[in-house]
Amino acid sequence: MIEFENVSKSYGESKVLDRLNFRINPGEFVVLIGPSGCGKTTTLRTINRLIEPDGGKVFINGEDISKVNPVQLRRTIGYVIQQIGLFPNMTVEENIAVVPKLLKYPKEKWQPIVRELLELVGMPYKENAHKYPSELSGGQQQRIGVLRALAASPPIVLMDEPFGALDPITREALQEEVKRIQKKLKKTIVFVTHDMDEALRMADTIVFMSGGKILQMASPEELLQNPADPLISEFMGKHKGAPGASLTAGDFMKTRVLKASRKTQTLQSVELMRKRDVNSMIVVNDDDTYAGTVSLDTIKALGKAGKEIGDMMEDQAPIVNLNEDAHDTFEKLYTSPVGYVVVLNDDKTVAGLITKTSMAKAMGEALWGEMLS
Amino acid sequence: MGGNAVMTFVAFCIDHQKDIFNCLVRHFQLVGISVAAGMLIAIPLGIFLSRFKHFALAVLRLAGMVQTIPGLVMLGFALLLFGIGLPPALFVLSIYAILPILQNTYTGITEVEKSYIEAAKGIGMTNGQILRKIEIPLALSSIVGGIRTSVVFTVSWATLAGLIGAGGLGDLIWTGLSTYNTNYILAGAVPSAIVAIALSGLISIIQKSITPRGLKGVSV
Ligand SMILES: Nc1ncnc2c1ncn2[C@@H]1O[C@H](COP(=O)(O)OP(=O)(O)OP(=O)(O)O)[C@@H](O)[C@H]1O
Ligand SMILES: [Mg+2]
Repeated sequence: MIEFENVSKSYGESKVLDRLNFRINPGEFVVLIGPSGCGKTTTLRTINRLIEPDGGKVFINGEDISKVNPVQLRRTIGYVIQQIGLFPNMTVEENIAVVPKLLKYPKEKWQPIVRELLELVGMPYKENAHKYPSELSGGQQQRIGVLRALAASPPIVLMDEPFGALDPITREALQEEVKRIQKKLKKTIVFVTHDMDEALRMADTIVFMSGGKILQMASPEELLQNPADPLISEFMGKHKGAPGASLTAGDFMKTRVLKASRKTQTLQSVELMRKRDVNSMIVVNDDDTYAGTVSLDTIKALGKAGKEIGDMMEDQAPIVNLNEDAHDTFEKLYTSPVGYVVVLNDDKTVAGLITKTSMAKAMGEALWGEMLS
Repeated sequence: MGGNAVMTFVAFCIDHQKDIFNCLVRHFQLVGISVAAGMLIAIPLGIFLSRFKHFALAVLRLAGMVQTIPGLVMLGFALLLFGIGLPPALFVLSIYAILPILQNTYTGITEVEKSYIEAAKGIGMTNGQILRKIEIPLALSSIVGGIRTSVVFTVSWATLAGLIGAGGLGDLIWTGLSTYNTNYILAGAVPSAIVAIALSGLISIIQKSITPRGLKGVSV
C-alpha cells in the first residue's frame, strides 16, 4: 500500500505538488493523468525517492520511505520511463537481469527469471536474449524495459508515460500486455499518461491532477459519469459519450438515411432503394415531417407502376425523439419488427435512423475513440 | 634522394642498428611512461570534472592553455625545474599527454544520454555502480580515442626529449641536424613516423574490439 500524506514540493516559488493526500491499494492499477506540468512525474518520482518532497510523508506498507535507504528502496520498486533507457552496452538478458544482479542473485536464479519473463511477452529466449537493445524495434525495447522493471519481482512498478513514444498499434499491444501481466502477477502499478484513452483502458483508479493538486480520484466509470471539474470533462472530450453516461438516441443514429416525399412514384422509389442498397426508406410529408416508411417488399406486392408511395406506407417502425434516453431507445430497437428505429427532431422532421450496426459503431467509437471510424 | 641514397641509408641503419634499437626502446619508454602518467591523471580528473561540472570549464580551459605553450618553452621550464635528463622530459610529455585524454573522458561521460542515468538510478544503482556499469563502458570508446590522440602526440613530442638528453629517436635527429648528417635524421624520423602510425592503428583496433556490438554505429 502506498500512502501520500500532505506531500508538497516546490521549485523556488512554484509549488509543484500541493499537499497531496491519497492512498493506493495493493494490486491496484492507478493512472495519474492531467495537463502537462501538473506534477505527475514529480508525484511518481517521490515514490522511489528520485525526488524528495519538502513537506509531508510517503508511506509504503506503513513505512515512512524517507527512513529507507533510497538505493535499497528503488531495488524493490520497478521503474519504467518513456525514453526506455535500456543500457546499450548490455544485451537483452543483461538488461533484464540488472536488478537481480544488483541484489546478488546467483546466475541459477536470475537466468530462469529472464527466460520466463521473455516468454511472458512472446519474445523467445533463444532469439532475443543475446541481442542488444539497438537490434530491437521500439516496441520490443519497451517490452524489455517493462521486464527489467519486473525482474526482481517488485510488488510496486512505476511507469512514466512508458508507451508515449510508440506507434498506436504497438502501444495498444503493450497496454494489453501490461494489463495482463499486472493481473497475473498482482502488481501495484502507478502509471503516468496524458492520454485519456490509455487511462480509461488500463486504470482501476484514475487520479486526475492539475496544478499539483488532485482534482478527482475515481474509477474510470465514475470519472466519465461525474467529472468533478470542467477541466476533466474537457480532457475527456470525445469520451463524454461513453456507455453509462447520459446518452441519448441522437448519439447512436446514422444521419445519412434515404428519405422521399409521399408523392414519389413506385418505380422511382425502387430505383432509389436499389442504388443505396437498402430495402426500405422513410417517407416524409410536404413539410418534411415524418409520415411513415415504405419497404421494397410492400411496393413489389402492392404497387403498380405510377402509384404514389404515400398510399402504401407502413407505420410499424418505432419512433423516438432525438433526446430519448439511450436505454429506452435500445428496448425499442430490439423489439422493432423492422429492425430499426426512426429518430425524429422536436419538429417531427427526420433526424436519423438507429440500426443495430449504427449502434454498435457508435458504442465502439465511444469506447475506443476514432479508431473505428 | 636516389636509389643510391636509399642504399647508403639502409647500410647506415644496419651499421647502427644497435644505437637505433636502443633509441627506439627509449622512445617507447618515454611514450609509454608519459601516456600512462597522463591516463592516471586525466581519467580520474575527467570523471571528477563530470561530477562537478562547475569546475570543468575552468580546468579544461587551463589544460587547453597549457597545451598551447610551445614544446620548447615547456622543455626550458622543465629544465630549470628538474635539470637535464629523463625527469624533465617525462614531466613535459606527461603534461601533453593529459589534455586529449582529459577532454575525451569528460565529454565521453557527460555525453552519456541522461535517460540511461535516470533509468540506472531509478532501478537502484549506486553512483559508483552507475559509473562502473554504465558511464565508463559508454564513454570507453571516447576515452580510448583520447588515449590514441595522446599517444600520437607524445610520439612526436618525444623527439624533442633528445634535446635535453633524455634519449629516444630524437637523439638521432638532433645528432643528424647538428652534424648535417641526413642518415641520422632519417634514422630518427622514419621509425618515429612508423611508430606513430602503427600505434594509432593498433589502438583503433583495440577501440573497435572493446566496443560492444550494441554500441557500434550508435552514438552515445
Ligand atoms: N528540477 C526542476 N526544477 C524546476 N522546476 C521543475 C523541475 N522539475 C519539474 N519542474 C516543474 O514542475 C512542474 C511539474 O513537473 P512534472 O514533471 O511533474 O510534470 P508532469 O505532470 O509530469 O508533466 P508532463 O506531462 O509534461 O510530463 C512543471 O511545471 C515543471 O516545469
Ligand atoms: Mg512527466
